[in-house]
Amino acid sequence: MDTFVLLTLTGFGLGALYFLIASGLALIFGLMDVLNFAHGAFLTVAAYTAWATADAVSGMGGLLLAALVGTATGVALAVAVEFVLIRRLYGRPKEQILVTVGLSLAVPAAVQTLAGADARTFPVPDALAGTVGVLGAQVPVNRFALIGVALAVLIGVRLFLDRTRYGLVVRAGVEDRAMVTALGVDVTRAFTVVFALGGALAGLAGVLGGLYFGSLSPHQGTGLLVFAFVVVVIGGLGSLTGVALAALAVGLTQQYANYYAGGYGDLAVVALLAAVVLARPVPGAPRAAERLRRLLPAPPAARTEGGRA
Amino acid sequence: MTVTSAPTTAPAPGETGPPGRARRRALRPAAVPAAVFLLLALLPYSALEVPVLLDGPLNAPGSLQLLALCLVFAGLALGYDLMFGRTGLLSFGHALYIAGGAYGTRLAMTEWGLTLVPAALLTLLLGTLAAVVLGAISLRTLALGGIGFAMVTLAFAQAGSLLVGRNPGGLTGGEEGLPLHAAGVPEAFVGVANTVHVYWLALGYLTLVAAVVWGVTARPVGRVWQAIRDNEQRVAVLGRDPFRYKLGAFVLASALAVLGGAVHLLVTAGATPHSSTPTFTLTLLVMVVLGGSGTRWGPVVGGALFTFLDQRLAAFADVAEPLLVLGTLFVLAVYAAPGGLVSLRARRRGRTA
Repeated sequence: MDTFVLLTLTGFGLGALYFLIASGLALIFGLMDVLNFAHGAFLTVAAYTAWATADAVSGMGGLLLAALVGTATGVALAVAVEFVLIRRLYGRPKEQILVTVGLSLAVPAAVQTLAGADARTFPVPDALAGTVGVLGAQVPVNRFALIGVALAVLIGVRLFLDRTRYGLVVRAGVEDRAMVTALGVDVTRAFTVVFALGGALAGLAGVLGGLYFGSLSPHQGTGLLVFAFVVVVIGGLGSLTGVALAALAVGLTQQYANYYAGGYGDLAVVALLAAVVLARPVPGAPRAAERLRRLLPAPPAARTEGGRA
Repeated sequence: MTVTSAPTTAPAPGETGPPGRARRRALRPAAVPAAVFLLLALLPYSALEVPVLLDGPLNAPGSLQLLALCLVFAGLALGYDLMFGRTGLLSFGHALYIAGGAYGTRLAMTEWGLTLVPAALLTLLLGTLAAVVLGAISLRTLALGGIGFAMVTLAFAQAGSLLVGRNPGGLTGGEEGLPLHAAGVPEAFVGVANTVHVYWLALGYLTLVAAVVWGVTARPVGRVWQAIRDNEQRVAVLGRDPFRYKLGAFVLASALAVLGGAVHLLVTAGATPHSSTPTFTLTLLVMVVLGGSGTRWGPVVGGALFTFLDQRLAAFADVAEPLLVLGTLFVLAVYAAPGGLVSLRARRRGRTA
């Protein structure tokens, strides 16, 4: 029982981390059709600046300052990338992806050159280093910090999207960008806002990732990004709550499978992904019975027509 | 792909222009590859010294090994372009099949005691079956368009990569990778003195991939792939099932990748876990885009050049991380040469004409 509680809460913490990364990805992709491969790179750089801050200033104040610095780094990087690189390529989604792919290769390499390839320990203040007894399980305190931050972000971003004018533009843009532009709203500014928001969440995730894993390395962000992609595919782009639930499902699956299935949590996540993809009805696709009929030999008339086309 | 000098008249290719040019164009498809093949095949007989680019003469084992690696990557990139450039499928999971080919061949040799060729063929068969299943799942994610495909292939590849790194049952060797087991390998591919045979094998692989890719894309199925890349909906309206064609491209490209993995195993004398990482696929993508996706020679040039730079950059200049330079170069190339290196030549020709 206590193991189960520990696994569940750890899974929640991991899900919170995935949510922070995936929500930014989903927003950016939903609005701009940019699959941001550099998201993991933002996270890595933010984690390193946060580490430098937390290393210099110790204690809880240092961690808060580090979170601030990490978030600011994420915002600065995201805005710079959007402004300098992505903006020139509007309407060319493939090139936009390629640019972020290039960044995702170059930035971790740059980090590795500057900071070395070895993993570093993230200084965790004493207040977050201990454990708390929950239903007989000793759960690390930082899991609760992660869950709390993720909940705050979920509520905050939902308020931003639902209650503010920019949020309205963003939601409308996700739905139908051409229409928003036709109505005379400057969507490009919303692009920058969303990119900055995504960068901020990635930066925050970098700091919390350091807290969760207790260490950081140049390729950590890229590794986490893959799971964020899985979360986005499972959760879809429709709603932030959907992304949050998907992140939770992925985090829990990974933790349970890691413990009960002999350390194959990552494979279990991919199996979950495959199951969701297969179970989800494809919009506009024929039903199973229709497809079965299509597999049977077609009547001769239809076949000759198909051959000529 | 060819740049006509007077676009307003829109002539059918080969019908207009001076007769000599038309004849040259008719000859070129066969003549250029044949000449390149002959040149590459005879390369090991030359002891030419290339001062900066290579450490020793051309036929030194070190140089041949480097060139063989370039050829393998040229072939891998060309196979990847079958999906990316020809069909418009952005896959991030190609490394799964390359690593599958390398590890599968190696394990079939040691675990089941097969010799090289049966081991590679068995791996090819199993890898193709896996590609059919995984490709069918990946191509179903229509809700997110082509990006869903990209993400799902990435997830599969990441699972494979993590599995390799975890070293289940001591099979994959974890971080260390696996050395090429010498017992099942024919004598002709073992040892430094036989590097030239490995080189020819790599050339053979590139030739095979080129023959398959160029041959298939020239056939009607290649036209359908191109049509899917340009406008998938229209293909569906015309009564062709895009899913089946896309799956076909995916499986063919994956089969070529499995075979490439087996050749990679021989060229590098081992299977490395790096070949299973998503980064490996990304480098293939970079090669294809640098050279020019969807073109005849672009992926070949990009693959060979990128590999060469990746291997030699540390030697030319004091660069600790070749990926830093290559990633930056790639980002710049997307802006400066959107059609890749090959397009630069075509563009210049278009300007002078």
